[in-house]
Amino acid sequence: MSTIIELKNISAGYDNQTVLHHVNMSIKENEFIGVIGPNGGGKTTLLKVILGLLKPSSGEIIYPDSKQNLFGYLPQNNPFDRNFPISVTEVVLSGLMSSKGLYRSYTLSDRHKAWELLDKYGMGDYKKSSIGDLSGGQMQRVFLCRAIISSPRILILDEPTTYVDSNFEKELYNILQELNKTLSIVMVSHDLGSICSYVKTIACVNRELHYHHSNIITPEQLDDYHCPIELIAHGKISHRVLQNHPPRINEKP
Amino acid sequence: MLELLQYDFFQNALISTILIGISCGLVGTYIVAKRMVFISGGITHTSFGGLGLAYYLGFSPMLGAGIFSVLSALAILFLSDNKKLREDSLIGIFWSAGMAIGILFIYLTPGYVPNLMSYLFGNILTVTRSQIIISAFLCLFIIVFFLRFYRPLFYIAFDKAYSKTHQIPVNVIDIAITITIALCIVLCLKLAGIILVISYLTIPQAIAGLFYKNFSQQLIASTIISTIGSVSGLFFSALLNIPSGASIVICFILLFILCWLLKRLVRKN
Ligand SMILES: Nc1ncnc2c1ncn2[C@@H]1O[C@H](COP(=O)(O)OP(=O)(O)OP(=O)(O)O)[C@@H](O)[C@H]1O
Ligand SMILES: [Mg+2]
Repeated sequence: MSTIIELKNISAGYDNQTVLHHVNMSIKENEFIGVIGPNGGGKTTLLKVILGLLKPSSGEIIYPDSKQNLFGYLPQNNPFDRNFPISVTEVVLSGLMSSKGLYRSYTLSDRHKAWELLDKYGMGDYKKSSIGDLSGGQMQRVFLCRAIISSPRILILDEPTTYVDSNFEKELYNILQELNKTLSIVMVSHDLGSICSYVKTIACVNRELHYHHSNIITPEQLDDYHCPIELIAHGKISHRVLQNHPPRINEKP
Repeated sequence: MLELLQYDFFQNALISTILIGISCGLVGTYIVAKRMVFISGGITHTSFGGLGLAYYLGFSPMLGAGIFSVLSALAILFLSDNKKLREDSLIGIFWSAGMAIGILFIYLTPGYVPNLMSYLFGNILTVTRSQIIISAFLCLFIIVFFLRFYRPLFYIAFDKAYSKTHQIPVNVIDIAITITIALCIVLCLKLAGIILVISYLTIPQAIAGLFYKNFSQQLIASTIISTIGSVSGLFFSALLNIPSGASIVICFILLFILCWLLKRLVRKN
């Protein structure tokens, strides 16, 4: 597996605080990374650094030679204006910005591609609706379509299952596994169960990042890393074991 | 009514009205979609400071207004971008500072005090040939800019962060559209006056918004409405001898009410 992006000793944060300390990470071809960690641990911040939305305060990121069509991104909360005059189809088409470049106009086949995706994800009846007229879960589906329409090299998902119903959640994981054959996925999720059964690698983010290439994590490792989660043992077996994290001294049992 | 067309001053005003109608129709649609109406009001009023200063120092008031307008627009863009200052507070500061500076210098200017009314409410008699040429260039630039960069403009306005992840030169395009908005506002000054420029950038778009929910349709519709409304306002202004700004705004508002009723009627049937 060749590396697409590499983060070397990255520290990053906001004006008043450094959120990520000395993060090393690499995203390889066909990788499926599950990013876990507590609220405020820096997961979204990490994604922003990878995406180039937040400049790290130190360290180096090595991108591939061409950044064209590198990312598809599903944000955690999209602070967009619900009254913005844009249709669902246009939102999905905007996912082609990078692969099309600045000037090329959109063809009918681009449109058909968008409509196909919308159909596939149960949004076929809303092609012409304004984005503001959708429910939260429906929007999430549309933004997912936007993230994958260009078949980017890396798909970055920040808690994709917020807002969506349990049916679509299952469907989503099937879709992701299918997509994972051709592209890499980095997914933030609090849903440890599905992280365990779908992802190949786990990254624990809590101010620092512990990136587990190995298939099995031992309780001792987790303790060292101060991972705020229960033990996850993962390998090629179809079921994973969740075990209680041994309590730390300052924690209540 | 048609004999008005024989007069040079009216021909000038008519051409410049059409050019401004087209420019504001396009730029205004962007402003409304991106909720920049308040910013635009701020830029307009800040330009008054430049106008006053130019009077005091004895150079072209429009040039002074243009400089203040572009600088304040860029300042608001950059200062609010790093989130340390709230954008709306910033606009309030620029808005009032511009007006205060303008009044200050106009009163300090010895002797002749220029006709404030015409800058506040618009005066078609003051449109010059050179202004028409500048308007024509700006209008052409705006049309080309919107055609060429339609998608990036549209998508950045909708979701800036997402556009950044797609290698769109977001900052360059933001600066370009900000300067364009500032220049467009200055061009409107003579016709609509400082107090009424904002109507040019909002009412035609509101009318278009009654019928169209798509950005591209809104662009075309606002451009047509803003041209029709301002040309008819211009005729009323000349016929009834009232400030052009006021008559154009009244035309826009009448159009709005008419369209609103029309839409309700159509809905009912
Ligand atoms: N725009 C911002 N400005 C200043 N500080 C921020 C900003 N966004 C996040 N932070 C801070 O950075 C820290 C990490 O935030 P981040 O959004 O990366 O957490 P997260 O792991 O994604 O949490 P969650 O599970 O709640 O989504 C938090 O302590 C937060 O206070
Ligand atoms: Mg987050």
